[in-house]
Amino acid sequence: MKITLSWLQEFTPLGKTSAAEVAQQLTLAGLEVETSTPVAPAFSGVIVGAVIEAARHPDAEKLSVCQVTTNGNNRLQIICGAPNVRAGLKVAVAMVGARLPQEITINRAKLRGLESNGMLCSACELGLGSEHDGIMELSDSLALGVDLRAALDLDDVVLEVNAAPNRGDCMSVFGIARDYSAAQSRRYLTHEVAGVRQVHDEVVPVGIEATDACPIFASRVIRGINPGSKSPFWLRERLRRVGINSISPVVDVTNYVMMELGQPLHAYDRSRIAGNVSVRWATLGERITLLDDQEYLLDIEFVVVADAIGAMGLGGIMGGRRTAISDVTTDVLLEAAHWVPGVIAGRARRLGLFTDAGQRFERGVDPGLPERSIERASALLMDIAGGEPGPVQVTRAPVHQPEASQVTLRRARLARMLGTTVPDDEVHALLAAISERVETTPEGWRVGRPAHRFDLRIEADLVEEVLRLRGFDSIAAYPAFTPQVVGRADESAVAHERIITAIADRGYQEVITYSFVEPGLQSQLFPCTPSLALTNPISADMSTMRVSLWTGLVQACRENLHRQQPRVRLFEIGKKFQLKDGELLEIETLAGIATGARWPEQWGSTRETLDYFDVKADLIEVLALSGELNTAQFKADSLSCLRPGRAARIYRGSTPVGWLGELHPLLVRNLNFPSAPLLFELDITSAFKRNPLIYKAISKFPSVRRDLAVVVDENLPLAVLLENVTVSASSLLSELRVFDIYRGPGVDLRRKSVALGLILQDSSRTLTDVDADAVVNSVIARLRDKLSATIRD
Amino acid sequence: MVERALADVAASADLAALDAVRVRSLGKKGSLTEQLKSLGALPSAERPAAGQRINDAKLAVQAALEKRRLNLEEASLAQALGADAIDVTLPGRGQESGSVHPVTRTRLRIERIFMQAGFQVASGPEVEDEFHNFEALNIPKNHPARAMHDTFYFPDGRLLRTHTSPVQIRAMRASSPPLAVIAPGRVYRCDSDMTHTPMFHQVEGIVVGEDISFANLKAMLHTFVEHFFEQSLGMRLRPSYFPFTEPSAEVDIECVFCHGSGCRVCKHTGWLEILGCGMIHPHVLESAGIDAEQWQGYAFGMGIERLTMLRYGVDDLRLFYENDLQFLKQFP
Repeated sequence: MKITLSWLQEFTPLGKTSAAEVAQQLTLAGLEVETSTPVAPAFSGVIVGAVIEAARHPDAEKLSVCQVTTNGNNRLQIICGAPNVRAGLKVAVAMVGARLPQEITINRAKLRGLESNGMLCSACELGLGSEHDGIMELSDSLALGVDLRAALDLDDVVLEVNAAPNRGDCMSVFGIARDYSAAQSRRYLTHEVAGVRQVHDEVVPVGIEATDACPIFASRVIRGINPGSKSPFWLRERLRRVGINSISPVVDVTNYVMMELGQPLHAYDRSRIAGNVSVRWATLGERITLLDDQEYLLDIEFVVVADAIGAMGLGGIMGGRRTAISDVTTDVLLEAAHWVPGVIAGRARRLGLFTDAGQRFERGVDPGLPERSIERASALLMDIAGGEPGPVQVTRAPVHQPEASQVTLRRARLARMLGTTVPDDEVHALLAAISERVETTPEGWRVGRPAHRFDLRIEADLVEEVLRLRGFDSIAAYPAFTPQVVGRADESAVAHERIITAIADRGYQEVITYSFVEPGLQSQLFPCTPSLALTNPISADMSTMRVSLWTGLVQACRENLHRQQPRVRLFEIGKKFQLKDGELLEIETLAGIATGARWPEQWGSTRETLDYFDVKADLIEVLALSGELNTAQFKADSLSCLRPGRAARIYRGSTPVGWLGELHPLLVRNLNFPSAPLLFELDITSAFKRNPLIYKAISKFPSVRRDLAVVVDENLPLAVLLENVTVSASSLLSELRVFDIYRGPGVDLRRKSVALGLILQDSSRTLTDVDADAVVNSVIARLRDKLSATIRD
Repeated sequence: MVERALADVAASADLAALDAVRVRSLGKKGSLTEQLKSLGALPSAERPAAGQRINDAKLAVQAALEKRRLNLEEASLAQALGADAIDVTLPGRGQESGSVHPVTRTRLRIERIFMQAGFQVASGPEVEDEFHNFEALNIPKNHPARAMHDTFYFPDGRLLRTHTSPVQIRAMRASSPPLAVIAPGRVYRCDSDMTHTPMFHQVEGIVVGEDISFANLKAMLHTFVEHFFEQSLGMRLRPSYFPFTEPSAEVDIECVFCHGSGCRVCKHTGWLEILGCGMIHPHVLESAGIDAEQWQGYAFGMGIERLTMLRYGVDDLRLFYENDLQFLKQFP
């Protein structure tokens, strides 16, 4: 909300306190000042003058030769190019020597041969607006010769104050002044509202049916206002400074009183109200057209103000079209009601509305204000537009009247919460600054809740008041002495940080992609996986929860390829969101994508495209962090987005924990990848479980190596071959290596030769040739027997 | 003859020439060998002296040969090494290391700092229900604070958590006080512009004990800021409003770029807002099943992106989610 310093000053004198200091004080009292903007830039030497005569320049069609006086006696000849200059107009005169914004200095000058002794200013030239349609037309009431800054109160500053959602009481200039003076321990708060004299006794009868929504409804009929009247400059200017457009005297006055006191008011055209007024709950399906000319569909959660014809306003939010003030309105009904915050809260939002009234009522408006604000509005309106007031009619619901309540604050609890003791008299003084009713009790204080403070409900609220008014800086920091908590050093799973470091160290860049993705791309990758769609996505390309991290990774990879990065290796750790039997599973996943050359471009190595086995090696290394390498297995399997024959499911023991494979060629083509990227994913929880590591004794005896070239069927998975070797090799086999795969001359078609290195070792003795031969023979026998293998020499 | 042999040794330019000198003087038919053979022809009285002379000569030549051989070998090694020299300025070969996302890097640092202070790290679901995300945190339906949250909803009424605060509730329900927990993670708000991304990261922290006070909260914040930025920075607390804390405060630190003198980053205020905090609202303790008369505590929440930007001078939030390799590779 915007306020101005000069307006604030009407309620609490600021003395010599600068705008910056006031802003700081408000901020530290909890009323955050977001911006502080002077209403006019610096300029000097501009005074109020009057045009005595304006004649056309003899040599220039668009220029006028003006005679201007600034004291009634003098005559200054000033050449002016504005279309609206005319005799009798009060104008802003920049005298010779005046300094205007943007470092313009006014000098005596000749324009087309005629002397000009100054300049008549437009609002734009003074930095007061962007209008270019001529010079400023000042109010006739301004005295000649007065400095324009003083005449128009241009040394004022606009403060944009951000009141917290629980501080409805600070949504007015008066409310901010009240809190400011409490925080500054001042007692200079003033605001007198004088009532106007009743001229007639017409009232519109009001019946409150929705007693739990609207306990107080004040109204007054004012008859015979001048529909042709205009809001005065000071009113329009004050509203403009706080961001409100001037519309008509009636609307401007209601807005002004709302900004000043915090009570939203509404004015109806009296002549359009049929019969009595009632305040009632809306019915399901009831429709109303509001002042914004939009029709809204209501239900029983909304309250309306209605007459015999129907709803004529949405209670606490906005008035209706049918009974709105027009430029021929002469009789008005002013309304100032008290709406219960809970029945207004969220209602405007449900309709997509955001109104000043709704914002205030949902936070809570002082129930003492309706009558006062009607009086204030009446006085202002009659000043501007005349009119004859009737009595203020205050209709009260028989039940649900706002009640005075009390909140207690215990001395001991205050000290315990703050971590320090505040002297009793200081606490008392701080509480007295916000409430007129503070009593001392043996344990502390009992505070009467001020009617405007909807946020003071429980003890903690008073703790905050004491702290806030005293200043948050008044409490010294003091470390807590708590029982020592011993942290865990969990080895039952590999730490996330270790996994991240390991995969990053193997040349992958960590990315973070959005958890919601483009559904089209996702269904290309996972056509059969159901996903969770957002009701209100921010855009279509972020509308569905990811069922795999691959969706985002594929996107991130493509974007980097477009950025001329030929070699992209990315990983991400995050959750994927899968629906299983109607249940949503959030699965913590490590996933990655890799494409481009096997090695970074470098001298002395050939440029080869990375393949399945490069990424497999990376995954094996990361999986080995669990210390149980042998339990990780890669088995041929199929997934729709992976290339058939180049996809593997990864297992730990019998548990599937992830996938590795090449992107399907169709997707490679559709997604414009220059070559097929490799994709992997691991379920973090199951892939990185770990049993306690157990040390195995190291043998002191030398090992023996025997190499074997085994020829087997082309399609025999290596894992099966190795399994058979291991089974048949006895416990002497300490390591088994694959050091070559050969196809070609010397090996039958559809067969391959696998070169194995068997490292044999015993923990208690040196092995002999006889031992080694026995192992090798056993292996050969098994391979021949089970796998129809032959041994190459 | 000896002089001649020594001169030949000195003159030999390589090992082959030197060997020729050896053969000429000390070989089977070498001059000194011949002399030794001719010893028998001398009268026996002269033999010892002559033998001695010849032996001395032989030793002298041998020593000279050996010395020269070492010299020549050294020279030839030096020559070979000169020819084998590599360009040590050529780049090394092999795989490059990758990088850790700066947001992760900051999260891990924050975790480390709080873990050293005895905090446990907790996590919770990202798809939440109204109860944990709002109601238990003292934000009932229609509360104005809900408007500030721009929540993403699912058709069944569930939502994407708008803050990590629901983990507070889960952590308090899962164990009993005293407790100290932080909960880092992804959060979501339906908002996207220069300074907002629809997904971002927060760290939530709570400490509950019998006497955990506002003064303790301030002390923890000071410590955290000093450790995170590795410098001592001015700090101020401003009263604020969060439904789940009372009193509530917004924390500003002295601008890390201009140290309070005013710059573009701090919008010339000298202050940077970095987190929100407060004493846990009694209603929140109660919805987590904790007796608010016996127990009290503080809570804080901060945006990881914001802290990352301040720490590493990143000036555009959106860089974190563009995943440009040129950006990522700067965070090894």
